Amino acid sequence: MAYGPKIIDHYENPRNVGNFGSQEQMKSDKKIGVGLVGAPECGDVMQLSIKVNPETGKIEDAKFKTFGCGSAIASSSLATEWIKGRTLDQAEALKNTELVEELSLPPVKIHCSVLAEDAIKAAINDYRKKNGLPVHDHDHAESH
Amino acid sequence: MALKLPVYMDHAATTPCDPRVVEAMLPYFTEKFGNPGSRNHKFGWDAEEGIDYARDAAAKLIGANEKEIIFTSGSTESNNLAIKGAAYMYEKAPAGSKSRGHIITAIHEHKAVLDPVKRLVKEGFEATFLEPGEDGIITADMVAAAIRPDTILVTLMWANNEIGTINEIPQIGRVCRGKGILLHTDATQWTGKMPTNVETDNVDLLSWSSHKIYGPKGVGALYVRRHRPRVRLQALQDGGGQERGFRPGTLNVAGIVGFGKACEIALAEMDSDGQRLLKLRRRLETELNQAIDVSKVNGHADKRLPHITNISFGFVEGEGLMMAVKNIACSSGSACTSASLEPSYVLKALGVGDELAHSSLRLSLGKGTTDEQIDYAIKEIITAVTKLRAMSPLYDMHKEGIDLSKVEWAHH
Repeated sequence: MAYGPKIIDHYENPRNVGNFGSQEQMKSDKKIGVGLVGAPECGDVMQLSIKVNPETGKIEDAKFKTFGCGSAIASSSLATEWIKGRTLDQAEALKNTELVEELSLPPVKIHCSVLAEDAIKAAINDYRKKNGLPVHDHDHAESH
Repeated sequence: MALKLPVYMDHAATTPCDPRVVEAMLPYFTEKFGNPGSRNHKFGWDAEEGIDYARDAAAKLIGANEKEIIFTSGSTESNNLAIKGAAYMYEKAPAGSKSRGHIITAIHEHKAVLDPVKRLVKEGFEATFLEPGEDGIITADMVAAAIRPDTILVTLMWANNEIGTINEIPQIGRVCRGKGILLHTDATQWTGKMPTNVETDNVDLLSWSSHKIYGPKGVGALYVRRHRPRVRLQALQDGGGQERGFRPGTLNVAGIVGFGKACEIALAEMDSDGQRLLKLRRRLETELNQAIDVSKVNGHADKRLPHITNISFGFVEGEGLMMAVKNIACSSGSACTSASLEPSYVLKALGVGDELAHSSLRLSLGKGTTDEQIDYAIKEIITAVTKLRAMSPLYDMHKEGIDLSKVEWAHH
């Protein structure tokens, strides 16, 4: 399968790869929210971490680590770019279909964008739980 | 000389035509274009001569008599003809009955064997799908233990297309012979690469394909034993009686001549090619294993074809890895493109965990593979794995000592 230029760009030059410290450090830092979604046996695991400014409620920084195909890596890279500077509610409103459109993901790769959306929501909920904020219930992102 | 990119390391998928093969084929498109079935003029005789030459070369490659060679469109057709043709011919009860006969095969066969067998199961036959150990090999003992009084056919590949492991075909043949059961082998990856003799190897039916041995696509053959025992098959299509009625239809003369030439060259060159490729493959495996932690060659260490290797690199996903080594044409056990997200059923059959099955690359070498290409592949793969691991949450967890099998994953 041939990939679109935007997937290749994000795959070859991924934005915001990394963590905010070790798993333990991220767990204990209240400013950090971590979303770990997917499973190794499905061939995709995404870990998306956000650093939130408690004053403004905005996502100051976002990082990802992804085990997966090129489209999974590109989806998570783009997701971190897009949520930076957004409030939690704004970031939460991001839909997988926006990623699909921007990256021109083919139908067989839509699940990669779904996973990225799930990762954002999981990271936000992790942050809210840590800080005693009400956690929003989400339906699983639309896969079709 | 600069290395020409991309490098082709997918010879188990297909091979380029040998220029000598193309040369042998050319006259059969224009001058010698006749139908070998035309028995009364020179055009027909010329075409027939080409067919005779090819039949002789194909037979010699496997130690058979030329009367035992049926030309087909390739291994898929040969497998269908052998498996269904034998099942229908030797069935224990007629169509519509429930126990029409028992067939033995294995779970990590190619789809071109599994699917015909599954169709027969729908039609009232029964089948046993043997499971290999983690070395990937089906032994004579496994077959012997699965044989029943109503077993009519054993169909097992000689060597596996994804991992290159070699089944105990001669020994399995001996077991079958002793019980009066036919042995069919899909030898697509084996024949033309390794010495084959249907007499001493106790094979009754053997499929192979031209395009895996530097011949054209769309041609192959089925060996059908004529003596001790004389194997009969029910043809799957009806027509003008060509190929002793087993496979009617006007012969693909140019393709068959090319296949014959490819068989002739394979017989002459398999030893030297095999020795050369074995050295290259071993170097590839050794250097990758040394440079990359948590990497593993799948399947038996030694009982493997010289030219195929299948390696899992932990914590990186195969399709992503192939994208990173875009100048190496190879394939992956990952099935990230399929809707099911299921990784290779062959690797799963070996007990390779799903996660490592998603992390595998199959590299298959061939006549065109050079030392320089192997150097390039080693360098590229190491760079790619390093880059992807830097991005992999699983590699982080591994380094932090987290047991990945104990993590509660959010399955989707």
